[in-house]
Amino acid sequence: MGQVVSAVMPSVVSSTAVLQAKLWYAQRISAMVLGLCVAVHLLIMFYAIRGGLTAGEILGRTQGNWLFAIFYEVFVLACFVHAPIGIANILRENFPQADKLTVLPWILACLILVLGTTAVIGVFTGGVGQ
Amino acid sequence: MSEPTLKVKVWRGTEQGEFVEYLVPRNSNQTVLDVVTFIQRKLDPTLSYRFACRVGMCGSCAMTVNGVARWTCRTHVAKIVEGDSLEIAPLNNLPVIKDLATDMREFFNKWKGAVGFFQGEQTRYDDFAKVRPDSEERQLANAGIECIGCAVCYASCDVVASRSNYLGPAALNRAWTLTNDVRDVQQLDRLRAVAGDAGCHTCHTHGSCTERCPKQLAPTAGISGLKKLVARAAVRGTKWGKL
Repeated sequence: MGQVVSAVMPSVVSSTAVLQAKLWYAQRISAMVLGLCVAVHLLIMFYAIRGGLTAGEILGRTQGNWLFAIFYEVFVLACFVHAPIGIANILRENFPQADKLTVLPWILACLILVLGTTAVIGVFTGGVGQ
Repeated sequence: MSEPTLKVKVWRGTEQGEFVEYLVPRNSNQTVLDVVTFIQRKLDPTLSYRFACRVGMCGSCAMTVNGVARWTCRTHVAKIVEGDSLEIAPLNNLPVIKDLATDMREFFNKWKGAVGFFQGEQTRYDDFAKVRPDSEERQLANAGIECIGCAVCYASCDVVASRSNYLGPAALNRAWTLTNDVRDVQQLDRLRAVAGDAGCHTCHTHGSCTERCPKQLAPTAGISGLKKLVARAAVRGTKWGKL
């Protein structure tokens, strides 16, 4: 029981706790951005599918449109920040002994950034061969 | 009309043990603590349990009654009895010493771990500190200051159940109360202590602590306040400095 106290006493608190506080902050800020992005995304979807939905229609709106490209890249960046922090928390809570699992959130972060940005470039340029 | 007799299952043993059934006369206005006291005084003097004030001030008589952590001295049997049965067990998330008495050391050690104690800088020769009753800090401190340390919130917390190093709602509620004490001089130490994995950021906001608190306090709100304050101290800094 003495260990419980010593583990959290200020004198021995590692920078991990401060890092976690910063990550919490980043996750909350990115959640706010995501909330806005999801709302805008859904509204556009509801508006767009009124006359049916085709790839051509989507590209017609997004191709060469900087506003769409910037909006969806912000969306991707918010996911890039938000999701890996959440996954890291879940992994740490469920598998506290498995230090090697910390690589998984980093892999997820890279995937979201690369695949998401690729998708944004795709809808902006119209894709390869267009 | 209430049943004339209660069938009361009481935990006997330590971590290993069993429920033993006792028949207790049913009285009007009977509390759960009355039931336990009857068993100990009339039926089985070897039953161990803890109580002191009997009026909801000391926080020592909390037990798990019909699966829910409650203060037994202020819990009327009529409000929680299921048919004619009661099941009384020690609090969850704490080691059992014997029967209904738990070892509270870890619970109170975590208060210390959260720097849940006051330290000022004035002496008896200084004038009284003047804290306006309507100031924001005083109001926030008021919200959590009536904690009696009964550990009902701690026993009800799912995060405490799964993570033994988590400080828990009572310690964090105390830390939040002191964070709003303008006389206290160890604010940054406290914020460091409650940050991160064992502290406020571990709270899942289930709200069991707030739902079960017999004093109707809201540790969830206090923990939420700590999360924001600690994050601000880590990122931008506060009036006490940066983490």
